[in-house]
Amino acid sequence: MRVGVLALQGDVREHAVVVRRLGAEVVEVRSRASFSDVDALILPGGESTTMGLLLDKSGLRPAVEEWTRSQRPTLGTCAGLVLLANEVEDGRPDQHPLGGLDVVVRRNGHGRQRYSFETTVACDELGSPFDAVFIRAPRITSVGHDVEVLGRLEGEDFEPVIVSQGGLIGCAFHPELAGDDRLHGLLLERAEAALA
Amino acid sequence: MNSTPSISDRSTGTFRVKRGLADMLRGGVIMDVVNAEQAKVAEDAGAVSVMALERVPSDIRRDGGVARMSDPELIEGIQAAVTIPVMAKARIGHFAEAQVLQALEVDYIDESEVLTPADEAHHIDKWAFDVPFVCGATNLGEALRRISEGAAMIRSKGEAGTGNIVEAVRHLRSILGDIKKITVADEAELYVWAKELRAPIDLVQEIAETGKLPVPLFCAGGIATPADASLVLQLGAEAVFVGSGIFKAEDPITMAKAIVEATASFEDASAVARVSRGLGAAMPGQEMSEVTERLSDRGW
Repeated sequence: MRVGVLALQGDVREHAVVVRRLGAEVVEVRSRASFSDVDALILPGGESTTMGLLLDKSGLRPAVEEWTRSQRPTLGTCAGLVLLANEVEDGRPDQHPLGGLDVVVRRNGHGRQRYSFETTVACDELGSPFDAVFIRAPRITSVGHDVEVLGRLEGEDFEPVIVSQGGLIGCAFHPELAGDDRLHGLLLERAEAALA
Repeated sequence: MNSTPSISDRSTGTFRVKRGLADMLRGGVIMDVVNAEQAKVAEDAGAVSVMALERVPSDIRRDGGVARMSDPELIEGIQAAVTIPVMAKARIGHFAEAQVLQALEVDYIDESEVLTPADEAHHIDKWAFDVPFVCGATNLGEALRRISEGAAMIRSKGEAGTGNIVEAVRHLRSILGDIKKITVADEAELYVWAKELRAPIDLVQEIAETGKLPVPLFCAGGIATPADASLVLQLGAEAVFVGSGIFKAEDPITMAKAIVEATASFEDASAVARVSRGLGAAMPGQEMSEVTERLSDRGW
């Protein structure tokens, strides 16, 4: 199993550590040439504007866009979720997400860094709650019919924070910072299923 | 009567949250900007963050006098102009300036030697804040002292405003070299390391185990070209701060984009070569012997 980690900017290393711990091979994706022959893709946390720009400069965008829009196995955390979303609110006018995941997200939806937080996120499907770190995290403001909500933030409106559609998994927080392997495990299961 | 957990179940300002933002900036370029227009240029070029200040370090150096925290209006103007995180500088030890910056909701506070120090003995108690801090360090002992005070990111303390990378390289080599040595030291030697570094033993023990600093290590001071960025990233820095290097270059927009691309592809010399073509003149540089005041001597 070969898992590509988009390595243009952000917390690439933490994702790579989890993937290796699960026994899969890591391919750091920086150019069109390095994005071949992978079975799954991870879009890490970082700055979505920077990653978006570097996707264009590196020539990677068309191939990665085709991948996510065909809903092939992909996990996006935080900025990675922003990249997966079909629509971004309050982003830059020239910010074009890759798309594929039928959600609307708002960048920095909880405010500036001072309001970044830790909490627990219940996720019945995957067992015990996630120890969740939200860093200037995006908020999912609208979810399409075909999107499954796997985890919600506790509070007044129980907004979705882990969502899935086809092979795509989007997560507003950073399981990779808490050493939680479950979403990566789910990604690998989907990639296995796609191979079978 | 209502069992719904409230928003109060969220913990803000934890060390993991503070350090987490530094982790998200890795592999990126943080650019000094003095107005909203420059901030937009920086964001358009792919900066992961901007540092809002009134004068870039080379101008602070030229003007002399006391350099202080920026005007809140300037910081707010920059916050309104961009969607990426905005950092700002407080004077060393000036916790009231830091309180103001936290009230303004800047995303990171740089307790910086580029400004005139406000306290000759004490750095800011950074644990008292929800907003994370970055501090400069010339060596591992200084880095660990700042971490013990609550810094969630360390940067080298290269001579700001000189366009000369030599000092930042010295700091990175010193910090990373000592980390390597500590990983092969035995238990008894770790106490000597702690004593000689004037650093807490638990942090030294942690380095012996993990082989790395407990927080991300970025490079600042003297970066003026894409190759400078590639150099310090290959040496082990995880992201770069570029101060005067962008907006004192002949063509700031092109230079900004080139440094962003070189940072993303720092190990690929042909990519660095490609973006280094036709950049125009880099900022004018200064030989260290011409520098009358070493900013890196500020702080301890």
